[in-house]
Amino acid sequence: MPFEWVVALRFLREGRFQTALIVSGVAAGVAVFIFITALVNGLQANTIRRTLGTQAHIVVRPIEEIAQVQRSVPPGTASIPKIEARAQRLRSIDQWQLLEQDLARTPGVVDVSPMATGPGFAVRGDASKAVAIIGVDPVRYNRIVAIGDKLVGGEFRVQPGEAVLGRELAADLGIGVGDRVRLITTENEAVTGDTLTVTGIVDLGVRDLNRRTVYVGLRTAQSLLSLPGGVSQLDLTVTDLFDAERIAAALAATTGLTVDSWMKTNAQLLAAINAQTITTRMIRLFVVVIVVLGIASVLVVSVVQKRREIGILRAMGAPRARIRRVFLLQGAMVALSGSIIGCALAATMIVVFLKLARNADGTPLFELAISPELFVIATVGAIVCGVLAAVAPAQRAAALDPAQAIRM
Amino acid sequence: MTSPLIELAGIRKSYGTGTEVEVEVLHGIDLALHAGEFAALIGPSGSGKSTLLNLIGLLEPPTAGSYRLLGQETSALSDDAITALRGNAIGFVFQFHHLLPAFTATENVLLPRLIAAGPVTAPQRESARDLLREVGLGDRLDYLPRKLSGGQQQRVAIARSLALGSPLVLADEPTGNLDTHSADGIFALMRRFNRERGTAFLIVTHDPRLAQRCDRIIELVDGRISSDRVNEVSLVTT
Repeated sequence: MPFEWVVALRFLREGRFQTALIVSGVAAGVAVFIFITALVNGLQANTIRRTLGTQAHIVVRPIEEIAQVQRSVPPGTASIPKIEARAQRLRSIDQWQLLEQDLARTPGVVDVSPMATGPGFAVRGDASKAVAIIGVDPVRYNRIVAIGDKLVGGEFRVQPGEAVLGRELAADLGIGVGDRVRLITTENEAVTGDTLTVTGIVDLGVRDLNRRTVYVGLRTAQSLLSLPGGVSQLDLTVTDLFDAERIAAALAATTGLTVDSWMKTNAQLLAAINAQTITTRMIRLFVVVIVVLGIASVLVVSVVQKRREIGILRAMGAPRARIRRVFLLQGAMVALSGSIIGCALAATMIVVFLKLARNADGTPLFELAISPELFVIATVGAIVCGVLAAVAPAQRAAALDPAQAIRM
Repeated sequence: MTSPLIELAGIRKSYGTGTEVEVEVLHGIDLALHAGEFAALIGPSGSGKSTLLNLIGLLEPPTAGSYRLLGQETSALSDDAITALRGNAIGFVFQFHHLLPAFTATENVLLPRLIAAGPVTAPQRESARDLLREVGLGDRLDYLPRKLSGGQQQRVAIARSLALGSPLVLADEPTGNLDTHSADGIFALMRRFNRERGTAFLIVTHDPRLAQRCDRIIELVDGRISSDRVNEVSLVTT
């Protein structure tokens, strides 16, 4: 082994108690760093997954209709028009088939699914409930919100004459899979209706949604809502969740349509997540600062304790640079051994957490990934911090005057 | 005569230079030491013996004057060059033996080689152990310093000072901390290496008895060399 390694190892071994203390300190720091990162990442991923479980990343809708002043004003007269906002009728997106192809080709966009949606009533016997009729292409829609995972009965099949109901709605109407339900709409002041067979029941995770959601085929919805061949919105998914707002803004600019991202519709959630991220970052920063200070203080003490030895090594021909390296190496070694223990500790904490934090039904509260990258980042980061922490002590050790150090 | 190992001319050393309490410890030292010499440096406390030894050992620079080591002027050298020169040319034996406590006897002897030439090979390790056997520690090779007596620690220090075959060993009160019996043993050991290997020794000592056994006695009083004589007696008695 080279000189620096031999001496660094011996110095650490000699100061057994100090070394054990600071290695434990680093281990605790690394463990907290990894665990809190995994915890918050898991928590956020879970929150977002639940929120987006029923939402598309981006929704494209027709532009809202605005009333315009048509009357021209004669010269010399002032006009103070009072304009009433127009009622927004249900409309289709112009040439949506073409637009859909353009959207699918946009960089960052993964899937596009057309949807025709509007208000209606679900009627069975004397009971009638106000519902949102959602007409989709089941295969494509499934790529947007994974509706298949939310089935609690039957299957997600919406051929003509078939419908899938939210759980609470089905309960309210006393309907099970295989029963029939009548859907009524009042588009254009004419009442139309259709009787459908319930093929599936879904739980969307939100009671209110479950109480008013009826999925039907795209064609069925188009005819019920008087949107022949049209769709009222296009749902999009994107590769990078947090890129959604940027893509939405770009699409709004190019298409001239109303384009909303999940980030805009869930602004409060996003703000909460951001606050959480900032808090986590601060905690991690403090942990790093404490670990660096801990390593530095132990090494500073070590330099004072080892003055005479450093002096002897200098007398025996060890140049300043090598003395400096001895202490930088000690910083790195302390950090490395601390992070190995810390990684093991963090993995244990994650496993224990997954065992303890469970829903009432025994499924994990949320996913906590033991991601190898996080461990690598923490270890490499700890070593860098260890070396940085050792810079000042190493500098002091290297600057020692050998004659003085030996005389002590 | 061959060129001297060390050659000091007009060496001065002050502490606290530039402050109000500037003190000059050495007031112009001229001194030469040749290969194979066995010299004592004596003088009362505070006469500047240790300072002179530190200067010769390149542990601190002189304030003025010229110091040539192995024919090389040292005043212009960088810190790294001085360190390298010191490592190769000079072995040290200190009063308080100054072994590294975390290293065994063998490892302490190997340290100068580890510093000078990197990782140690098996033959080098064996030669370090031979050296320890020579100083009478064949049964203590892997002892840590704290398990050795003062005399034994000083023997390890002597073995270490010889590990790289340096031409000059500087010893600062090497027996100052030992009982008479151990002191005699240490002194005899240095004498033997001086005779067998031709290593030059410059020994700072308080003990007139030991000084009398050196070939040359240099006396320092108040920062000046007051006498420098060949000791005829030693050639007969030791």
